Amino acid sequence: MIYSSPDKGAHFLVDRRWVSEWTGFKHPRPPVFKNAVSAFLFGGLVCLLGQLVLELFLSLGMPQQQAGNPTVAIFIFAAALLTGLGVFDSIAQVAGAGVAIPVTGFANSVTAMAIEFRREGLVQGTASKMFALAGPVIVFGVVTAFVIGIISAIL
Amino acid sequence: MGNIFTAFLVGGLICVLGQLLFDLTPLTPGHILSAFTVGGGVLGAFGVYDGLIEFAGAGALLPISSFGNALVKGAMSEAARTGILGVLTGMFELTSTGITAAIIFGFFMALIFKPRG
Repeated sequence: MIYSSPDKGAHFLVDRRWVSEWTGFKHPRPPVFKNAVSAFLFGGLVCLLGQLVLELFLSLGMPQQQAGNPTVAIFIFAAALLTGLGVFDSIAQVAGAGVAIPVTGFANSVTAMAIEFRREGLVQGTASKMFALAGPVIVFGVVTAFVIGIISAIL
Repeated sequence: MGNIFTAFLVGGLICVLGQLLFDLTPLTPGHILSAFTVGGGVLGAFGVYDGLIEFAGAGALLPISSFGNALVKGAMSEAARTGILGVLTGMFELTSTGITAAIIFGFFMALIFKPRG
C-alpha cells in the first residue's frame, strides 16, 4: 500500500505477489489482523484530525458545503510535504491503508511520482509521470460520474 | 456534520476495508483505490454518501470514496440545472480543490526535494 521510492523496501510491499511469482521466494502471509488494527487506528486518527480542521472552518462561519474543500487541501499539502521530506513512507509502513485510503494516499502517490521522475526532467518526468499511479482513480471516477450523470439527466 | 468520534469510527472502518482487500485479495492499490472511488460515486448517486458525510464528517470526506461522490454530485446537479451538457461542465465543479492542490503541491515538492536513492 506504499507507492514511493521504487528502490526502497516500500515498493516491494506493493508488488510482493508479483515478486514472489518471479523469484519463487515465498513471502510470509501478511499479519492480517495486526494490519487491520493499524489501518483502523491510523485511518481513524487521520479522519479525527480532519474533523478538527473541518470544525475549525465551520466555526469560522464557512458554510457546510464549502468547509470540506480547505480541509482536503490542508491534508493534501501535509501529505505532499511529508512525502517530500521522506517521512510519509515510514508512516505508511505502519499505517498501511490508514493513510493510503484517505486523500493523503492520493497526494502521496502524485508527489512521490513527481519527485521520483524529476531526474527525467520537468516535462518528460515530473509532469508526465505525476498521475502514473493516481490516474486510475480519476479515470474510473470520471467514467462512473459520466455514466451516472447521463442516466440521471435522461430519467 | 459529524463529530470526532463518528469521524474516527467511520474513517477507521473504511480504511480497514481497504486494508483487508489489500491483504486478502490479489488486487493492487490502484485497483482498490479505483474501486473505492467508483463505490463512493454509486453511493453518491443514491444520496447515501451525503448521509454518511452528515453522520461522520471528515470520516467520510477524507477517504478517496468522497472523490467519486463529489464527481457524481457535480455531474448530476449541473445536468439537472442546465441539461445533459451539464455532465461535462459540472464534472469537476466540486472536486477541483483536490486535483488542483495535488498538482500544485506535487509540482512544487518536486522542485524543492531531490529524489532519494
